[in-house]
Amino acid sequence: MAKTVNINVHHVTRVEGHGNIVVNATNGKVEKVEWQVPEAPRFFEAMVRGRSYEDIQTIVSRICGICSITHSLASTKAVENALGIKVSEQADKVRILMHYSEQLQSHVLHVGYLVAPDLFGLPSVVPLAAKAPDAVMAVIRLHRLANEWSDLIAGRTTHPVTLKPGGLTKFPTAKELRELQERLKNSVADLKAVAAAVLSVAGNLPNFTRQTEYISLKQDNPPTYTFYHGDITSTDYDGAVSIHDWQSVANEYVNDQSTAKWTKWHRDSYTVGALARFNNNAPLLSPLAKDVAKMFGLTQGCCNPFMNSVAQLVECVHVVETSIAMIDELLTKGIKPENVKTSPKAGKASGCVEAPRGILFHQYEFDRKGNCVGADICIPTNQNHAAIQKDFEKFVPEILDEGEDAVRLKLEMLVRSYDPCISCSTHMLNVEFVR
Amino acid sequence: MSKPKIAIFDFACCEGCQLQFVNLEEELLDLIGVADVVEWREAMSEKSQEYDIAIIEGSITRLEDEERLKLIRSRAKVLIALGACATIGGVNKLKNNFNDLDEVKKCVYGKDSKKPHLATQPTKAVDEVVDVDFYVHGCPIDRKEFTYIVRCLLLGKTPEIPDYPVCVECKAKGNPCLWQYGQVCLGPIIRAGCGARCPSNGFRCFGCRGYTSNPNVDAAKEVIDKFGLTVDHLKTKMVLFGSRQEPTIYG
Ligand code: SF4
Ligand code: SF4
Ligand code: SF4
Ligand code: NI
Repeated sequence: MAKTVNINVHHVTRVEGHGNIVVNATNGKVEKVEWQVPEAPRFFEAMVRGRSYEDIQTIVSRICGICSITHSLASTKAVENALGIKVSEQADKVRILMHYSEQLQSHVLHVGYLVAPDLFGLPSVVPLAAKAPDAVMAVIRLHRLANEWSDLIAGRTTHPVTLKPGGLTKFPTAKELRELQERLKNSVADLKAVAAAVLSVAGNLPNFTRQTEYISLKQDNPPTYTFYHGDITSTDYDGAVSIHDWQSVANEYVNDQSTAKWTKWHRDSYTVGALARFNNNAPLLSPLAKDVAKMFGLTQGCCNPFMNSVAQLVECVHVVETSIAMIDELLTKGIKPENVKTSPKAGKASGCVEAPRGILFHQYEFDRKGNCVGADICIPTNQNHAAIQKDFEKFVPEILDEGEDAVRLKLEMLVRSYDPCISCSTHMLNVEFVR
Repeated sequence: MSKPKIAIFDFACCEGCQLQFVNLEEELLDLIGVADVVEWREAMSEKSQEYDIAIIEGSITRLEDEERLKLIRSRAKVLIALGACATIGGVNKLKNNFNDLDEVKKCVYGKDSKKPHLATQPTKAVDEVVDVDFYVHGCPIDRKEFTYIVRCLLLGKTPEIPDYPVCVECKAKGNPCLWQYGQVCLGPIIRAGCGARCPSNGFRCFGCRGYTSNPNVDAAKEVIDKFGLTVDHLKTKMVLFGSRQEPTIYG
């Protein structure tokens, strides 16, 4: 059937940051399909210029409120790599615990508050609280747990204040860790309840697939479903690339549709995020996380971007189960006081971790006084922009017959499923500093 | 009285302050019960043109944003600046350390820096563009302080926000002073209200709540005397959150 559709969604709602969708189709022929990112650029690469290696994390944490722990960790690792600073095993473990708290916080927020209303056919979580009160209460409890977990380890929920090059300014006590562990154990019931609620409406996830490349971290030694250590891998590539060579993976290019750079590796686009991590590392998930994946029929090789939200649910279970075990290890060894001193030095290096929404790269260069002379940051959401555009191009003709409202809703749902952090993504165009 | 209509708007920022609303958890639903949130792009699909209270998050960095902010101000009875980006410009003010903004653009965007969608101007706090009725300090805001301010507002009371230095709260908690370990802590000149959050975690105060107008109290004086500091010298260290900021300290 011939259809004429004109969609211009200015600022997609229920995403972090601003993005626009433009679709023009006349008599069933698609003339224009565009994903645009017009956010006011914030120039973080310039803002860190001249600042001390000790202040970098405090600045770049403000790239994004939702991924603040991730940005802090990536930048701190880059600083440590650049200045040759070592981190103790216990500090490393506590940082991973801190990182997991953000994965849980961000995933629960995304699945529970931002995606669930779509699946239940509602405009926001407020009416959802009336329609599915038990599920919403479970979401709220999990979200609070994740935030209080960050509060404990990072010093606050958003923008950590316990991280410093070389380690942490403060460690949790054994008693605090035991209490956290108890709460994590008790949260499993809520995780199961939320999974069941999402499963009951999972039929509303559009059935759309597009073969593409999925990129994430991968860690062999010891084999881990990693968010923090390891090398870069992809579903198109059997080996692993060192995180220090990330520019050869991201291959950034400028696109007129956005203030952010786009990326590609083996194909015209690639995807990062929970589904990418799942596609690369699923056999390493915790037992209960594997059960949840099975419940939803999620298997490795899935190319339906809408399933990213399901992969996030799976990861929520994984980080909780894994953290319970990590706290046991920390308690058995006991946390010893440490007082790491660092001194400035010239150097240049990268740091890489998985943000909730995908792999994140930071690179810095410092002069002899330890002041920053160059920065290059590549954000997961930017790495997904080309994939969103390619998805639009394939998806729109498939659903054009459903009419303007349905096309608009499904495209918004598609954007949301990537969990974009546009506030994060636009600060990140990068070039070496002009000196 | 009908429920006041609240609208939330974001400008250049990390949206971490809005995130604190979500972090209110159930309390957010209570708040929504007494007020009517008519626009909040990050969490809702609904949009509106009418509101009593406008909450502004973020700094102003483009001319088009100044116009948008003025329009919001003209529609709102009460305007609240939310978080350091809005109250003092926050980290965004670091950009103003460069005399030439073309240089900033070039160092971020290289040869593409001339593209029109990259237009930028020096960062302004909200009150450099329009009148602000209430300030919610911090980066991010403290969610308890936020609900306190909103409750006062709904009850027609004036909220009482601390105007003494962070050192007061820090000393009350019995923390060792970080200057002892050579850390440059801005506690003596910065407005309290965060419970000395950073020094209590072993991290220097970097000034996210902005200057206090009254650094002249015992706890701060003690630190200043003991470590041979001056208010003026400390102000030169207020770089991360107060670059190019007019001094706001009186007396
Ligand atoms: S004040 Fe801080 S937390 Fe709030 S929006 Fe600005 S950078 Fe984010
Ligand atoms: S200067 Fe010392 S006493 Fe004051 S806030 Fe900082 S650490 Fe605390
Ligand atoms: S201690 Fe200073 S930097 Fe930390 S939250 Fe309080 S005012 Fe902000
Ligand atoms: Ni982000």
